[in-house]
Amino acid sequence: MLPIKGFRSRTWLTTLLSVLLSSTASLAAFSAERSPPTADHSKFEALQGPFNSAQEVTEACLGCHNEAANQIRETTHWNWTYDHPETGQQLGKRNVINSFCGMVVTNEPRCTSCHAGYGWTDMNQPPPSEDSAVDCLVCHDTTGDYWKFPTLAGLPTDKPREWPGGSGKMVQPPDLPHIAQNVGASDRQNCGSCHFYGGGGDGVKHGDLDSSLVNPPRSLDVHMSPDGLDFACADCHSTWGHNVSGSRYQATAKDTVGIDVPGHTDLSRASCESCHGFEPHDKPKLNDHVEKLACQTCHVPEFARGGVPTKMWWDWSTAGRLDEDGNPITEYDESGHVSYLSTKGDFHHEENVVPHYAWFDGTVEYTLLEDGLDLSSEPIEINRIDGSADDPASRIWPFKLMRGKQPFDTQLNTLLVTHVFGADDTSLWSNFNWPNALQAGSEMSGRPFSGEYDFVETEMYWPITHMVPPAEQALRCGSCHGAESRLAGIGGIYMPGHSANAWLDRIGWLIVVMTLLGVLAHIAARVIFRGRKHS
Amino acid sequence: MSRVMIYKRFERFWHWCQALLIFTLLFTGFEIHGSYSVLGFGDATQVHTLAAWALIVLWLFAIFWHITTGEWRQYIPTRNGLFAVIHYYLVGTFTRAEHPYRKTTRAKHNPLQRLAYLFFKLVISPVIWVSGLLYLFYAGWPGMLAGTLALEWVAMVHTAAAFAMLVFIIAHVYMTTMGHTLTSHIRPMVTGYDDIDDK
Repeated sequence: MLPIKGFRSRTWLTTLLSVLLSSTASLAAFSAERSPPTADHSKFEALQGPFNSAQEVTEACLGCHNEAANQIRETTHWNWTYDHPETGQQLGKRNVINSFCGMVVTNEPRCTSCHAGYGWTDMNQPPPSEDSAVDCLVCHDTTGDYWKFPTLAGLPTDKPREWPGGSGKMVQPPDLPHIAQNVGASDRQNCGSCHFYGGGGDGVKHGDLDSSLVNPPRSLDVHMSPDGLDFACADCHSTWGHNVSGSRYQATAKDTVGIDVPGHTDLSRASCESCHGFEPHDKPKLNDHVEKLACQTCHVPEFARGGVPTKMWWDWSTAGRLDEDGNPITEYDESGHVSYLSTKGDFHHEENVVPHYAWFDGTVEYTLLEDGLDLSSEPIEINRIDGSADDPASRIWPFKLMRGKQPFDTQLNTLLVTHVFGADDTSLWSNFNWPNALQAGSEMSGRPFSGEYDFVETEMYWPITHMVPPAEQALRCGSCHGAESRLAGIGGIYMPGHSANAWLDRIGWLIVVMTLLGVLAHIAARVIFRGRKHS
Repeated sequence: MSRVMIYKRFERFWHWCQALLIFTLLFTGFEIHGSYSVLGFGDATQVHTLAAWALIVLWLFAIFWHITTGEWRQYIPTRNGLFAVIHYYLVGTFTRAEHPYRKTTRAKHNPLQRLAYLFFKLVISPVIWVSGLLYLFYAGWPGMLAGTLALEWVAMVHTAAAFAMLVFIIAHVYMTTMGHTLTSHIRPMVTGYDDIDDK
């Protein structure tokens, strides 16, 4: 808008240009804007500090927001417990096992450094009940200076501490009054401080969530890019009384509600259809695909595209190997990514990964600790996705298929609690001894362990939904409609260009060739007989 | 012998447009089917769909023309002389026998042609037309249809009809070379005029 202002005499062309420019400029500016807050938190007396602890900040927050703690305590972010409405399974971080570090149980307080609260040090107990145990700042800090220290059960450090251990780098305690005076709506960095680092490091777990999304280019994420719409996570994961929409245990595989309008719909925008509706394409044929394909299947052509690799294979069975001097080993692959750690075993990291595709109705089932394993069908599915081609509620979705090897009890045929973290004489990361770590895991969790264990190959499904690039980068038709189809092996659907009937082709081409041969024979006969006539 | 207008202007327009469209449809169709990759699936689909609509419009005009001019009678099958024509193509053409059929403006197709074109018009084309439209609009099938019919079957019928079309064209193009000279059957389809026996 501004460069145009100096022009005195405008032709119609410059006028037109200025209109176009100003409209795009205002569109870009509009997308990043938020409604101005009604309160300047730096002026509140309660937030001037000093604060002796993070809990004191929470108490100050609750002095005005006096229902916030009650709301938080109702959420999955707090309870880490999810009663699945379809399967009846009790899931949530407090219960499930995954194919990364295993489970939270016996590894508090490392894992609970991502709890939306302070001081949950024992998974056998519910989260701490006092109001001041709620962590407001992890979600509402806008300075970027607030950091829950990785080993303090959710608390930031209150004194200079070294992290990572042995690195010599000191983490200073956060300036709590400054942070408290600058609270605001959650942005990508808030959610990302936990969700980008799941599985023990940047990008490790999800594949479509890593630190590259803090400030992504449009080509990585058209919605979240500051050059695009600059969405915060909560622009799609809309909230209701601190309850955030969107679930990986019961996903919305096919949104049948469509564009969300107040008074009409569920007020959850955690689906593409919530904004784009059911007919988002100009070409009707593309809209026909919506019935069977998740938007993400074409619009997230690859994940881990932001320069941060994601872990695709994790073999725990090789953990514990030490060098000649008895020191832990670190090895790197040709891309410079860690490929072996004595604490964790062998890894494969990958970038720009083509997803695995499968029918999905949104329901995810877990192999829980008490579930018997069917060893005749290795790999063991740590989680199973429901859905089929015949089910109208299912669509073809992209997944990160995480694979690896995990310990299991060879007598009881169950997965085992892995006690990996802790400054004790049993944790795997301190002692490199699997039997001790598994025995301690059993004792601390109260779960049975026969003493006999081995490693079984496992796989785990992670739905891919983030890292949506601009439409030009979506998959072309031929990516699926071709001999080398991405969807090869997906049953129950006929894809022109990929799923031809072999017998029809054989018979059809045979008849065509025979017709051509008949023509050739007829031509030959004509030539021969014509020649004889002349001679 | 006299030179007579045997293929009228619309008929020639219709024939050659149809030929062009059918070649386009076969070429793009077998790409969509996955037999080769030249244009890419997306472009092939777009061209195929456009050509299909153009052919449907052309057919509507052609049907109207056939009805209003009475030219549809040219395709009424007859056994009279059929076997003589077949015998000519199998034997007579090698012994330089005369073609047994004498065309007139009222009956410009020989009995074998009549049968072939009638098959083309009443079997191959309608099957392609119906299966193609079902294929194109499968997402909008009414519930009853969607419950009983699978896209795979529609695709198979459409493909089978395309093979039949391809075989028809190979035979048809070859047969045009079997006049007095190589091009004497093709020329009237271009100029409209043919020499007809006055007898």
